Amino acid sequence: MNAVAAPRKEPNPVRRAVLLFAAMFVLVVGLGYVQGTASIGLLLVQAFAYALIALGLNIQWGYGGLFNFAIMGFLMVGGASVVFVSFPVNMSFWNSDGPLLLGRALIAFLIGVALVFAARRADRIGIRGRWKTALTVLAWFVAYIIYRSQIDPAAAYIEANAGFVGGLGLHPVLGWVFGGLLAALIAWWMGRICLGLRTDYLAIATIGISEILRALIKNMDWLTRGTAAVAPLPWPTPIPQDFQANGVPIAESFIYARFGFLALLIAVLAVVFVLVQRAYGGPWGRMMRAIRDNHIAAASMGKNVTGRQIELFVLGSVLMGVGGAILVTFNQIFDPSGYQPINHTFLVWVMVIVGGAGNNWGVLIGALLIYIVWVISDPIAQLLFQGLSGWTSAIGWGAIPEIDSRALQMRVFVLGAVIALALRFAPRGLIPERTGEARR
Amino acid sequence: MDELIFFINRVLISGTVLGSIYALGAIGVTLVFGILRFAHFAHGDMMTMGAFTAFVLASAFAAMGFSAPVPIAFIVLPLAMAITALLALGIDKGFYAPLRDRGAKPVTLLIASIGVTLMIQGLIRLIFGSSTRQMYVAGEAKDIFRIDMSWAGGTRPISITEPQVLMFAVTFLAVLALHFFLTRSRLGKAMRAMADNAALAQVSGINTQLVVVVTWVIAGSLACLAGTMLALDVALMPDLAFNIVLPIFAAAIVGGLGHAYGAIVGGFLIAFAETLAVFNWTAVLRPLNTILPEGWALPPNLALVPTEYKLTVAFIILVVTLLVRPTGIFKGAST
Repeated sequence: MNAVAAPRKEPNPVRRAVLLFAAMFVLVVGLGYVQGTASIGLLLVQAFAYALIALGLNIQWGYGGLFNFAIMGFLMVGGASVVFVSFPVNMSFWNSDGPLLLGRALIAFLIGVALVFAARRADRIGIRGRWKTALTVLAWFVAYIIYRSQIDPAAAYIEANAGFVGGLGLHPVLGWVFGGLLAALIAWWMGRICLGLRTDYLAIATIGISEILRALIKNMDWLTRGTAAVAPLPWPTPIPQDFQANGVPIAESFIYARFGFLALLIAVLAVVFVLVQRAYGGPWGRMMRAIRDNHIAAASMGKNVTGRQIELFVLGSVLMGVGGAILVTFNQIFDPSGYQPINHTFLVWVMVIVGGAGNNWGVLIGALLIYIVWVISDPIAQLLFQGLSGWTSAIGWGAIPEIDSRALQMRVFVLGAVIALALRFAPRGLIPERTGEARR
Repeated sequence: MDELIFFINRVLISGTVLGSIYALGAIGVTLVFGILRFAHFAHGDMMTMGAFTAFVLASAFAAMGFSAPVPIAFIVLPLAMAITALLALGIDKGFYAPLRDRGAKPVTLLIASIGVTLMIQGLIRLIFGSSTRQMYVAGEAKDIFRIDMSWAGGTRPISITEPQVLMFAVTFLAVLALHFFLTRSRLGKAMRAMADNAALAQVSGINTQLVVVVTWVIAGSLACLAGTMLALDVALMPDLAFNIVLPIFAAAIVGGLGHAYGAIVGGFLIAFAETLAVFNWTAVLRPLNTILPEGWALPPNLALVPTEYKLTVAFIILVVTLLVRPTGIFKGAST
């Protein structure tokens, strides 16, 4: 540190950000040197996909102070959508009675929706109070039975004759868009019913909805093939095998393919980042911060608080759906049983908190940093354990069993420790949000 | 008669077992919420931690050649509960108290509790690996009591296992003790006062620091109790209670967060809703087939929801409760 420099309360955030990004660049290049270019390509694609998801959470939590623990659910929705849109067409389904049966299930579903809707309007014909509640509950129950009576045979038929519905065979990027749209729809519905809740209740409600989504996607074998997993999914960019067919050596084909995908992803991320950043600086962003910091005052200024919050929730969830779809496309496999709240919800939360909620640059660096920490904790823990194991066997205690599976858990501990330390010592993140006087 | 026995075995007994676990967990969640005003997500992992503490103690006792008619893990329970309570206090001192002192919002504490969850999970798996273990460390057999029902015309017995009987007894005692503590003791009354209005409790001379300590002691020891009994009933695994932390929250919310009796009722409510929802009613209603007209026979499976959606029932109740009546069935956040 320069002793002559005037004492300041906070270091210059821009200088700090530049330093952090420079350090990140050095870290990535160093890792690439150690682990090889192909594996750094893998790491970077996943890290940038998580950065997209983290930007989505930053819109919700950073801009609007809305708690969302349903990230896993939105990632799964995005993944299932990209499977549906981009997986090759399953002709044995379309040639069977499956579409017909599904059509009947859809009609049953619509009848159910109409029933519930009608029951909710029962006050128009003079049924009020308790009777209306009872009628609504009854309508839900009848609608459920009607739907089940149609979907169960349809599901059993499809699973027996065609395996699963299959996809539409369209371009994966369309699948990403569809994932975003579907996530938006679910987020809109969630926002309408949940956003009135207090923060901690909202957290529990969203985590509950996320688990419901997971249970549905995992068990609707006719639509998603459930735990049997769907693979391989097509890429929007050439896959390694395409390069190999053109005579590129196997090792280099992975580098080309992954960096090709990375280029597309960075293009998407850059567009989103610019838009999100501009929105933050503009009147829209100011309004959102006003609502976040004092929603009563904002409401008294004539802002539609609930409407704006739903807007934020939907926008953030779109990014999560798209990010989830990109991750599934890149991994080429959709396995609903591979989704865990730790890997998919809490990891993103740590990225946003460590990076700095409300600051997109901070969230970007947080996402990259935390993803790298998450990935490299495993090999480092293995090294540590092997050292420890050598020591224990040298002093006669015997080697440590199951080093591989144990070392994998180190990253869970590291994640927890990072979040606890960050909350304690840097609650505003690596690159804090600039508010009030600090803004130009 | 066999249908009734089937119903008792499949719904009454397993529902009560699940309900006891949920209730014990939900009491801890609800007390922490009532006193400290944050949703303590790490509670499930505190249960797992308690179960592993009991496991380690039981293994140590078994290695010393100790043996007893009941599972050793049950004998060492008081000691394990004390240790878990101390660990809970340590976690509070290390992670929650500094944030509280800084005046952090409840939501920050919630996020911190997620960090604690991850750390406990990571540590347990680092130390014990991710395999499933048996709590019967000395190789004791899991006794099954079969109550012969032939006197009432049944051909099958009502069967209940030893850990289940122990669980009913222990849950009953714990709830009774908690009731007397909250209503009769000075400290219990102080706790209720603080749950009602922390500032008023403080100015009227209640030692709020002590109340916080007592809350963690109760929450930690009940978590250990629930975790150990659950592990005795099924098996000991690192994600033993992480999977049921949401149903536990559902129970606490249905009963009204901060409301200890509500948590007990909520626990049993959620447990029975889950068991009844996946119960195959045809098994009980089959005698009706003789009086039903031709072609109206009951379908072979008449469960309300498929078995794989069992836990989803709890989440749906949770979400519906939050939307329709977020204060819970007993209204208000008082103990």
